[in-house]
Amino acid sequence: MRPIATTRAATGTETGKLAVWWVLASEVVIFGGLLASYVMFRLGHPEWADAAAVTNTYIGAFNTWVLLSSSLTAVLAHQAAERGDGKRAARFLYMTIFGAAVFLGVKTYEWWYEISHGYTITSNGFWAFYYTAAGLHAFHVIAGAVIMAFVARDAARGRELHRVELIGIYWHFVDIVWIFLFPLLYIAK
Amino acid sequence: MVEPAVDLTHGHAHDDHADHGPQGWLKYLWSTDHKVIAMQYLFTGIFMALIGGFMAYVFRMQLAFPGMPVPGFGIVSPGEYNALVTNHGTIMIFWVAMPVLLAAFGNFLIPLMVGADDMVFPKINRLSFQVFFVSTIVILASLVVEGGGFAGAWTAYPPLSADSTYNLTPLGSTLWVIGVGLEFVAFLLGGINFITTLMNSRAPGMRAFDVPIVVWMIVVASILFMLSVGPLLAGAIMLIFDQTIGTGFYNPATGGDPILWQHLFWFFGHPEVYVVLLPAMGVVIEIITTFARKKLFAYRTVIFTIVATGVLSFFVWAHHQFIAGIDPRMANIFTVTTLLISVPIAELCFIYIATLYGGSITLSTPMLWALAFVAEFLIGGVTGIFLGAAGADIYFHDTYFVLAHFHYTFFPIAIIGTFAALTYWFPKMFGKLLDERLGKWHFWLTIIPFNMIFIPLFVLGMGGQHRRIYNYTHFPELAGDGFQSMRIIATLSLLVMLGAQFIFLYNCIKTARSKKKAPRNPWKANSLEWTTESPPPHGNWHPDRMPVVYRGPYEYSVPGREDDYWPQNEPK
Repeated sequence: MRPIATTRAATGTETGKLAVWWVLASEVVIFGGLLASYVMFRLGHPEWADAAAVTNTYIGAFNTWVLLSSSLTAVLAHQAAERGDGKRAARFLYMTIFGAAVFLGVKTYEWWYEISHGYTITSNGFWAFYYTAAGLHAFHVIAGAVIMAFVARDAARGRELHRVELIGIYWHFVDIVWIFLFPLLYIAK
Repeated sequence: MVEPAVDLTHGHAHDDHADHGPQGWLKYLWSTDHKVIAMQYLFTGIFMALIGGFMAYVFRMQLAFPGMPVPGFGIVSPGEYNALVTNHGTIMIFWVAMPVLLAAFGNFLIPLMVGADDMVFPKINRLSFQVFFVSTIVILASLVVEGGGFAGAWTAYPPLSADSTYNLTPLGSTLWVIGVGLEFVAFLLGGINFITTLMNSRAPGMRAFDVPIVVWMIVVASILFMLSVGPLLAGAIMLIFDQTIGTGFYNPATGGDPILWQHLFWFFGHPEVYVVLLPAMGVVIEIITTFARKKLFAYRTVIFTIVATGVLSFFVWAHHQFIAGIDPRMANIFTVTTLLISVPIAELCFIYIATLYGGSITLSTPMLWALAFVAEFLIGGVTGIFLGAAGADIYFHDTYFVLAHFHYTFFPIAIIGTFAALTYWFPKMFGKLLDERLGKWHFWLTIIPFNMIFIPLFVLGMGGQHRRIYNYTHFPELAGDGFQSMRIIATLSLLVMLGAQFIFLYNCIKTARSKKKAPRNPWKANSLEWTTESPPPHGNWHPDRMPVVYRGPYEYSVPGREDDYWPQNEPK
């Protein structure tokens, strides 16, 4: 049974949504700290551009497209959930999870390629940040996809439909982090 | 090492809840009731305080009587000495001040004071404690693994912390970072609950400015924590990678920079001071208004002041790094912001005094603790002015002056503030009233030795005594001038202070055994927690009789009213 506290909404915003935004606020500063450190270092080390030249911008761009498309299906899932169509919402969520899987698969190939060519996390400062930042992001993709699977399972049975929007908000955040990572790690050569 | 904490959480539980759910100690480990979780945090925190206090005892004994075996520990080796001071700091801040002030009292007070039956996310609340509990096990394990506990100071500056060929504690230092990181995650989970509970589940009629100040303080502290800890979490991941897989984030040889850690650490570390300070200041406001029977002076100003403090606290961190080779022009800027932040804090002290002025003051035990907080914290604040100014700090940096300064801030926060809160809300938490006479003995025998520990340390610091040195008698210039006798005075005072804590323990046992039950509202206070039974039942109030709020929490001695208090939930 839910406590009375959970059902109240003194601000007029649903408590779950409020909490997701606060989670994102705390996540923003985690990635913000990491990326700010990276940018400061990168400005001080022009020679890191040589290492950055090794990253494959086309693969990175493809992954950006995959992630953006998965955000689109997350929005469509929300739209379906708003209309009360849990089955359709679940279908779109599964498509989002598929997008996450493709993203991670491509990422695995990329890392395998780079590591097998000797560019490991200990190679130099750029690669340390490259693997740490992208790894932390990938961890968020995995966590989001797992939670989304639970939300989708419930939604397919018509339960807890409001959660479709909440996981969607989180998914957009994962997306936006990548929008920062992609130019910083791939495009800036 | 794990068992005692479990036993403690179990031990308290009898007097709290005997209603439903799974029986036995599992019930308390898996409870989602905010009051049970508060107790879990409280007793884990007290257990860790005993460990942290024991560490202080061991290294103070070593400083006063170098080379002699310490009773209960034996001979202290230089490595052990460093591990003791490191983990004393870590434990006292992350496993005592935060779990007790922020988590225990936050969990206990927020739902009761805003008139809710629980936190908005009880399961996340439980998860928060469970993660915290795991972090406790990790940090305790780090003390006993091969090589010993981490010994690179609680600030963990690289390269000492990053490379085990320097710190000689390959396992201890990594476990230390993991433990601290898990502790951060626990408080992020708890903080989200605190913030959303205040925002969304206030009782009907309770507007933002009807909320008791202590709730505001805890929530603002949670927001500060949330916005400052992220970069350090990222920094901790980098540090673990440096330690374990050999990346070079903090190693100049591979393009890294050890100063980066200092920035990330203090960007969190300074707001962290306010994370623990604000709840203590809130507790003091509740107690002062109750025992002066007077309306809080300038409620809204207090709110705006703490928000200003919070914002400013993000722009002062480099005052910890004046000698770390930062640009002197930057040092100037941080000197200005550091001196600025003393303005809102001084404002709060004036608000205390203005609230007390003309009140009918009762010097009960909680009130004594609250007043002592103001007086002692003032000393900490004023000595901070010297350290905030780059010119003076370059001389004082890393001396005992700094050490005495921050103990004059953290001791009032973590110990005086906690005892104020504990003695004030004890009847609500446990349903019994503490003995006042024993409480006053405990108070004086804690406060006087506290000053006798740290005033000599100010003098030692001004004399040039640096921190983190194993044996000062090895340095001729620090051995004379009565310096050693000052160290002995400090250590003996510490022994008295630690001994005095047994009075409190005895008081608690005596109270727990007495049959006399506390009334609902023993102090005749206004806020909502006093309108329910002591201790409150599961759900705090009967679901059909949840409180409705008509006014702010500080309506004491209102002219024309028969009673000198006016509970928030009374219509007339």
